[in-house]
Amino acid sequence: MSMLSLMLRGLGRKWVRTLLTILSIFVAFMLFGFLAAIRVAFASGANVADADRLIVRHAVSIIQMLPETYGDRMRRIDGVKDVSHATWFGGIYQEPKNFFPQHPVIPDDHLNLYPELLLPAEQLQAWKKTRTGAIVGRTTADRFGFKVGDRVPIQATIWPKKDGTQTWTFDIVGIYDGAKSGTDTSPLFFRYDYFDEAHRGTRGQVGWYIVRVDDPKYADAVAEAIDQTFANSPAETKAETEGAFLAGFASQIGNIGAILTAIISAVFFTILLVAANTMAQSVRERTNELAVLKALGFGDGQVLWFVLGEALLIAGLGGFSGLLLSFTLITVVGDPTNGMLPVFYMPKADLGLGLLLVVLLGVGSGFLPALQARSLQIADALRR
Amino acid sequence: MSAVTPEPRPKSLMLHLDGVDKSFKRGGQSIVVLEELSLKVPTGEFLALMGPSGSGKSTLLNLIGGLDRPSHGSVVVDGQSIDSLKSSELTRWRARNIGFVFQFYNLMPVLNALNNVALPLMLTNLSHAERRKRAEIALGIVGLGHRLKQYPRTLSGGEQQRVGIARALITDPKILLCDEPTGDLDRASARDVLDLLQVLNRDLGKTIVMVTHDPQAAECATRILHLDKGRLIRESGSGANP
Ligand SMILES: Nc1ncnc2c1ncn2[C@@H]1O[C@H](COP(=O)(O)OP(=O)(O)OP(=O)(O)O)[C@@H](O)[C@H]1O
Ligand SMILES: [Mg+2]
Repeated sequence: MSMLSLMLRGLGRKWVRTLLTILSIFVAFMLFGFLAAIRVAFASGANVADADRLIVRHAVSIIQMLPETYGDRMRRIDGVKDVSHATWFGGIYQEPKNFFPQHPVIPDDHLNLYPELLLPAEQLQAWKKTRTGAIVGRTTADRFGFKVGDRVPIQATIWPKKDGTQTWTFDIVGIYDGAKSGTDTSPLFFRYDYFDEAHRGTRGQVGWYIVRVDDPKYADAVAEAIDQTFANSPAETKAETEGAFLAGFASQIGNIGAILTAIISAVFFTILLVAANTMAQSVRERTNELAVLKALGFGDGQVLWFVLGEALLIAGLGGFSGLLLSFTLITVVGDPTNGMLPVFYMPKADLGLGLLLVVLLGVGSGFLPALQARSLQIADALRR
Repeated sequence: MSAVTPEPRPKSLMLHLDGVDKSFKRGGQSIVVLEELSLKVPTGEFLALMGPSGSGKSTLLNLIGGLDRPSHGSVVVDGQSIDSLKSSELTRWRARNIGFVFQFYNLMPVLNALNNVALPLMLTNLSHAERRKRAEIALGIVGLGHRLKQYPRTLSGGEQQRVGIARALITDPKILLCDEPTGDLDRASARDVLDLLQVLNRDLGKTIVMVTHDPQAAECATRILHLDKGRLIRESGSGANP
């Protein structure tokens, strides 16, 4: 007999109630795990933002195009190190629900600006040799089973071809991975020169520029200098840091993070009440037993830990198993939307937060009954 | 030289209460439960405490066992003045020196007889095997060596009380304090329990203070004291002459 086995037996006393409480805690922590992963998916852009990257778009809106000639002018501005550009292609693979982004880019420039996209050197060589070549990220490759050598037809929605057809066929020459777990590996990138030559619209247009500055400290000043350069031209620009750009983008779909936090908070408050109620009942029913323990020589502190330990056990059994299962499912099975989300993983910080919440839940539900048990007067309690 | 008659050697005192008052506050006013109570119990005595309900018997037992403290006066148990002990010291002292037997047994329903009896040993450094061995011995003493694995709800009232006594014995305390140990038992079971207490007193030398309403139970003791309205009023001769 140890204190722990005494506690475990105490839990087994009203095992249905204990089990239901543990189960509800388990469900809450499963939910916590999945919502954490979903929140990261929505916040992924802002998290991977680099402090030294600027996004330069049309001053009126992101859907208006900028001249390709701006690139060279930007390179001449003080503080600008590298420049690349991308364009929203918005094509459909087979059906609209198979959405993933596609962008025409200049291979060297783009990979230079985004070192977190890891592409094997020989695949980059192949891409540079293949005009219709495209590279695709691991997420999307896994989602549709794309392999190097595949030919992937994409239906244009914005950019029909010169000959009036809608189908663009790309040769997959490479598959890139993300350097960090937060890196978005859903886009497909294909060659800008192929795009510029083959689409029906005006030549020499790009969607937006990506600029690397020499020193993140002066990022705002450089952004200002860029906007100045193109002020009073037909296509004025708006330059901002990548973080600000993505945050603005995210706010258009609502503050998902805040909504998820609110849901989780409400769930935890409810669970806290459930667990606290279980503990309060359990201590009330056992007033007599606790008094006997004290009469037998168990100290006030021991009785306090006995009750608190029981609360921690309940929270721990439900919480750890919930976290463990959600973590396992998220890591092993992965994205339940089958690739709709750009990234899907549980960050270490959220796992840590989850563990902390387990402990807080245990302490929060147990400390009042535990204090009550500690201050229990033996003679009084035994008279009842 | 003439032979000197040897003085009877004075028995050592196990319990000495001197001028003990105990009052409780209830609804703003204080009610006196024990008043100017003095009591000496020699080592090895089996004392029965009788008296009407509310006369303060349980309160007195609680003071002796250190479950409560007197409002005035001193309580000395086996030479130790327990008023001077801090609360945590009192707890430890109680674990080593006092064995309690309750009217309603107060066993842990989730533990079998063996683990119930071994419970007080959780506070010691004894090995698991040693605790188990001692619990088996204690259960053997109370005649339940064949009921080790049974849970309280599967035992009769008399058997449960004997498990309670085994639990009180396991730390080998000097005193057993029994509050109406037969109050909830039928005649035959009560007889068993009383016989057992007598054996513990006579053969193992345990000092016993037992509260009881039952005159026949009191007959088992070596001395009977009557308590009324917080005072010891009368001492009747012992039933069981040693
Ligand atoms: N903690 C307490 N608070 C208030 N009053 C108390 C407390 N403990 C005992 N009393 C009062 O003290 C008196 C004596 O109580 P006690 O339990 O000692 O009586 P008793 O002789 O054991 O009675 P019984 O034979 O019914 O068990 C009673 O009037 C009781 O109400
Ligand atoms: Mg009483």
